[in-house]
Amino acid sequence: MIDIFTNALMTVLSMEHLLFLCIGVFLGLAIGIFPGLGGIAGLSLLLPFIYGMDVTSALAMLIGLVAVIPTSDTFTSVLMGIPGSSGSQATVLDGFPLAKKGEAARALSAAFSASLFGGLFGAVVLTAFVIIARPVILAFGSAELFMLTLLGLSMVGGLAGNSLIKGLSACCLGLLLGTVGGAPATGEFRLYFDIEYLMDGIPLVVVGLGIFALPEIVDLLRQKRAIAEASNLGGGWIAGVKDLIKHKWLAFRCAFIGCIVGALPGLGGSVVDWISYGHAVQTSKDKSQFGKGDIRGVIAPESSNNAKEGGALIPTILFGIPGSGGMAVFLGGMILIGLEPGPSMVSSNIDVTYTIIWSLALANVLGAGACLLISKFVARLTTIRYAILAPFMITVICFAAFQATRDLSDLTALLAIGVLGVFLKRFGWPRPAFLIGYVLASGMENYLYQAVQFDGWGFLLKPGVLIIAFIIVLSLVFTVKQLKQGTSDIPKDVAFTVNILPQALFFLFTFCTALYGIYDAMQVSNLARIFPLGISIVLLVLVALMIFNLWRYGTKSAVNFDTESGDLNREAWYVYLLWIAAVIGGCYLVGYSISILVFFALFLRLKANLAQWKAWGTGVLSVLMINTLAYVMVLDLPSGWLQSWLSLPWPFA
Amino acid sequence: MKKIVWGVMAGVSIACSSFSMSSLAQDFSGERIEWLVPFKEGGGTDTWARFFLPKVSESLPGAPTVVIKNVPGGGSINGANQFEARAKTDGTNVFGSTASTLFYYLLGDKRARYEPKDWQAVFATPTGGVMYVDPKLGINSPKDLAAAKDVEFIFPSLGPTSLDLVPLLAMDMLGMKVRPVFGMDRSAGRLAFERGEVNIDYQTSAPFIQKVMPLVDEGTAKPLLSWGVLDDDGNIVRDPSFPELPTFVETYEAIHGEKPSGQAFEVWKTFFIAGFAAQKIMFLPKEASSDTLQTYRNTMADVVKQPGFKEQASKAIGDYDQIVGKNVDAAVRMIFSLSAEDKKWIQQWLTERYNVKF
Repeated sequence: MIDIFTNALMTVLSMEHLLFLCIGVFLGLAIGIFPGLGGIAGLSLLLPFIYGMDVTSALAMLIGLVAVIPTSDTFTSVLMGIPGSSGSQATVLDGFPLAKKGEAARALSAAFSASLFGGLFGAVVLTAFVIIARPVILAFGSAELFMLTLLGLSMVGGLAGNSLIKGLSACCLGLLLGTVGGAPATGEFRLYFDIEYLMDGIPLVVVGLGIFALPEIVDLLRQKRAIAEASNLGGGWIAGVKDLIKHKWLAFRCAFIGCIVGALPGLGGSVVDWISYGHAVQTSKDKSQFGKGDIRGVIAPESSNNAKEGGALIPTILFGIPGSGGMAVFLGGMILIGLEPGPSMVSSNIDVTYTIIWSLALANVLGAGACLLISKFVARLTTIRYAILAPFMITVICFAAFQATRDLSDLTALLAIGVLGVFLKRFGWPRPAFLIGYVLASGMENYLYQAVQFDGWGFLLKPGVLIIAFIIVLSLVFTVKQLKQGTSDIPKDVAFTVNILPQALFFLFTFCTALYGIYDAMQVSNLARIFPLGISIVLLVLVALMIFNLWRYGTKSAVNFDTESGDLNREAWYVYLLWIAAVIGGCYLVGYSISILVFFALFLRLKANLAQWKAWGTGVLSVLMINTLAYVMVLDLPSGWLQSWLSLPWPFA
Repeated sequence: MKKIVWGVMAGVSIACSSFSMSSLAQDFSGERIEWLVPFKEGGGTDTWARFFLPKVSESLPGAPTVVIKNVPGGGSINGANQFEARAKTDGTNVFGSTASTLFYYLLGDKRARYEPKDWQAVFATPTGGVMYVDPKLGINSPKDLAAAKDVEFIFPSLGPTSLDLVPLLAMDMLGMKVRPVFGMDRSAGRLAFERGEVNIDYQTSAPFIQKVMPLVDEGTAKPLLSWGVLDDDGNIVRDPSFPELPTFVETYEAIHGEKPSGQAFEVWKTFFIAGFAAQKIMFLPKEASSDTLQTYRNTMADVVKQPGFKEQASKAIGDYDQIVGKNVDAAVRMIFSLSAEDKKWIQQWLTERYNVKF
């Protein structure tokens, strides 16, 4: 055993290996910073080059890239409120509010040191775990995975914020959205309105960007300010490191969660950060600051999502089943360089396995270290006037959303979800609860169906199921207890309004959505019906209760919440949504490049009052930049109606 | 001002198009060839294309840059639709299809707005498939299978219109009682088998050899039959990778006492070819010139003759001879010979058994 360790360690620390690892890491950082690409595009960019390289160097480069995917996307999550990949959605919740408070540098350095810690901790756990991982993974069948999705759902109570009933409703709404598309059991299409795009369901990236990023952009623009309120950026990166040390046990637990959940194939990496975020909220005494800039809300998901990549490595190399999107490409790379995943990776090839695990740790150190160093400078972005930053953000978000399925409908879906996000935010429906519902929906339905098919309802008595059920009950008891204690401590956001009509309309909209959900569920066969029908009924009841409450108590109702009350110092809520709609409409009409160019020029001229030449110049530069990027990465940009009958030269084609 | 801009643009675009006209010659130097893969990065078809990528790039005249363009969605329908609608015909756009691309087309899915029948096949990569069962069932031969009339086989499947159509139809023809559990891809299915959640599964050759053979060796899986491979006359014969396993045809014969024939078998064979015997095909668009097609076909014929190719291929994409040159025409012809009645029959079969609506 010892000589295997030393062998692997020697390989990891050899000059050549280090060099290729560094190349991978820096390429990963450079690409991963762009939201929507999430490093996967970078990996596939690398694949042609690794062919013909020797195994060790090729592996080093691949690992360097994979390891930093969940690290570099933190920049946009914290600084701009744009979830860079599905693994960093929870980071947005508290990271972005911290940036708004002028503490971006602190948030970033806490995030990166948590990433670093998580990656290292993951490697330590995996070193031991990899030997016994096979039986553990085999112990988690469909029934146990279904229970894990329930555990994830039980976190909603903690994430609900002010109003539990709104939290549950938002969650149901998310679950319902998650059932759009083919039913896992029968393949029948649900809630698709005869639109082909919806038959595949709405991609997670689009939902994440729409529900979090767009409402924030609209809000910041309306307030006419920079992201950071304070002109002084305050606590630098040392503060962030201190935060991590202060909350080391939280980071420990979350890294552990990340490692284990990441190692279970089938749940997908997008659940991990939510479970650890939920865990952080549940185990904190004072939770009043969560969602408004609590550093624990950054540390928890970040320490878990780097540990997760390590965990995801296990099913990838042991079973050839990729545990995450990045791992899927990594697996492809392994096969191309002639490494066969399988049981041999813990017997005859164990030295390769350890090389991989430790390279992952080293890459984490390099990547997080590099990010840590530059975070102080990058944080200054938050002091720029938002009207100048916004066109970049909208450009990038549209680009990222379009990469989901490379269909213009991605942009329409983005806008629709964005509008929903704006209303959820406005009426105090917790968006994390919505997203958690969305993320869990497909897994939950699929695993429930499979578990019943395999074992009948007797699956509920399997020991693994009972253990997880016990944890769920604990988690619920904990939440209920805290909710009871907490009600008096948490200062309720004052957003009562005299005009309750807008929210009444929104309630009515969700009520009709639930009704339609019921109607739609009746159109499909039994196996495809149960899940959406159940959710729709629950949603219907919850919303009916709220409507009743609002009708009975009017402005004094507990559900009355509307951020549009008072404060007349802002532009109307729909102004910037119209801008975004215009950009997207422009994409349909004249394609992305022209639409973005015109948008840049007009927006910078009219909203940011830049000089004409500056506005157009910035537009031209941005369009050229993004087109070059797209060309190099072999990505399409949306082309419109104009391009369908007129062949235009690059970059407008 | 605007008019001038448009004028310039039009001029440039004319210049561009005339430039691409001249590149119709067989030399691809300086060109960038896009190989459209209708799946996400990292899947089977993606890995297959990436395996060939550097070889194609080296061997095409002029050594052009070849890149993979991933267009995922709709189980390869999106990418295929895009290729049908927008592919350039000068040889700079090629498509990598897989079983589901052709299945959706053959089954008449209304989302499939492409005509692969008209596309021009460059080469095809075959694979085999092996069905294996839980040894606890005590089924070791086709005879045992015939006797096991009351055994319920729990079969993990992605869906009835996926590649699993081939085994589902096969099991039906063998008279087996099957309870499919849908929503599981091949890896999830294998894992479920290892967990004991299902008692029957199949894998294509490469994953079978890598991941199921160890189970066979330790006695937790028992291979029953292989689908077989096509010989030059279009007959199904034993798979050279699994010479000791009976083919589906042999198994059928052992159970029913006669060779399979008739409509069900014709349909099965068509989908078997599209799904296994010619699983992955590189296509040029319909309008590409015969020169372009010939250039590509020659290139692929060279690629498979390169020293060391077979060895590399057997590790990365499976141990079968690539179908190159004119042979690919024969395979493709057999796939698209599915008659209207046969199509109706399989649609009906899917609707009756699995409630699939067309």
